[in-house]
Amino acid sequence: MTPFEFIRPATLAEAVAAGAEPDSRYLAGGTNLLDLMKLGVAVPRRLIDISRLPGLDRIEAQPDGGLRIGAMVRNSDLARDPAVLRGHPAVAEALLSGASAQLRNAATVGGNLLQQTRCPYFQDPAAACNRRDPGAGCEAIGGVTRGHAVLGWTETCIATHASDFCVPLAALDARVEIAGPGGTREVGMAELHPLPDEDSAGNPAIRPGEVLTALVLPPGSDAFAGHSRYVKLRERTSFAFAVVSAAAMLDMDGGTIRAGRLALGGVAARPWRVAEAEALLAGQAPDAELFDRVAGVLTEGAHPSGQNGFKIALARRIAVRALVAAAAGTPARMPALPGSVFASEGDLTHV
Amino acid sequence: MTLSITMTVNGDRLALTLDDPRTTLLDLLRDRVGLTGTKKGCDRGQCGACTVLVDGRRINSCLALAAAHDGSDITTVEGLAQGDDLHPVQAAFIAQDGFQCGYCTPGQIMSAVALIAEGEAGDDPERIREGMSGNICRCAAYAGITDAVREATRRMQQDERRSA
Repeated sequence: MTPFEFIRPATLAEAVAAGAEPDSRYLAGGTNLLDLMKLGVAVPRRLIDISRLPGLDRIEAQPDGGLRIGAMVRNSDLARDPAVLRGHPAVAEALLSGASAQLRNAATVGGNLLQQTRCPYFQDPAAACNRRDPGAGCEAIGGVTRGHAVLGWTETCIATHASDFCVPLAALDARVEIAGPGGTREVGMAELHPLPDEDSAGNPAIRPGEVLTALVLPPGSDAFAGHSRYVKLRERTSFAFAVVSAAAMLDMDGGTIRAGRLALGGVAARPWRVAEAEALLAGQAPDAELFDRVAGVLTEGAHPSGQNGFKIALARRIAVRALVAAAAGTPARMPALPGSVFASEGDLTHV
Repeated sequence: MTLSITMTVNGDRLALTLDDPRTTLLDLLRDRVGLTGTKKGCDRGQCGACTVLVDGRRINSCLALAAAHDGSDITTVEGLAQGDDLHPVQAAFIAQDGFQCGYCTPGQIMSAVALIAEGEAGDDPERIREGMSGNICRCAAYAGITDAVREATRRMQQDERRSA
């Protein structure tokens, strides 16, 4: 790590003011940032510790029925929160399928939402990377690209978003509150995580001096609680990033789907949703043929960015699998292996 | 820049000055406090050898800045035994051959102590394996580790019933 100054502001206003200084970074749980600093990818001159700012570690039911989650809530605390387990079980399952117990105890909600891609070329300061250094080029293209994007990528950047947590959040239309020098603004998940285009590589849309203060699950998003699953394919049973993953949620009216939500992880620079795919679910009965059609629309336009054509079929299958699991109902108890395709509970079948 | 911090480590209250804010909690414990039971494996949060309890919760001390843990209550593997009486998790690791070379063992033991305290895995080997997945063992003593955690869980539950 290169030397830095360590600052602990007492208030959010002080943190916002401090963060506007050049070469400053906010420190929360540190599980991503310290790793990037050790790699030489992040080289802040000033580290602003916001982990103990007052008022950012609460989970509060809102008068309108929404749930407001402070940005400094630890991932493990959120995954165990009774309101989350009851109303948003796929969020808890996604959290518990990610990282390890030690990392989840340190990592925060805000840090997870603003974490960087695990693209190995981004993580290698010697490699050209448009995300780290706009205009430098992308050394991942033509390189080792098994894990890279198959949807929404451009020649500027083919990295994927690493978060499990963000996949059900995107499906639930979650929003985030961001405090900055000009006051507080609220943005949706898609706006927070832009796709790359010809000019920009799709870094999280947060500006210097802005602090992500809260995550809001909108009112009514607990309608899916009875049929919500997160399913994640990875290269070992636990403690690995997704190759592909899917969050599926169904609001059931007897044997009919009133509304469905579906998002893919591990395939693009952000969790991937397609409104037309979800619309196919409304008013239908859960059915393997329907789910396959939905997954087909969801993955329409997918194309390899390198050695990752296999992910397109996997993504389609994981979407079907998540829908089948959601239709079967949210398990009464969190599965022993959250999000695992090898779960011994339930009746997940190969498709 | 010099920072002054206080920390309680295994029950001892320490006042420390940090000459360099880059000091991780792991390096502080090993190099400054002299507690070398906590091990540095990958130094990137991937292996779990550096696991300690901070305010009762297990974390990777390699990805924690000491400066950010001013005022924290730390427990390391040195803080588990009561004199010559091993902690039930330590005793179970010996009884069940939960290690071979031993390098990952302090992290495994601290992680297991926290896992049992979290109370979500119980006696279920699959839940124990999942809950211990942040601790890698290059000797692959996993079968013994799982058995040790099960044995310690049962013994600690019995002890609790007896003292209740």
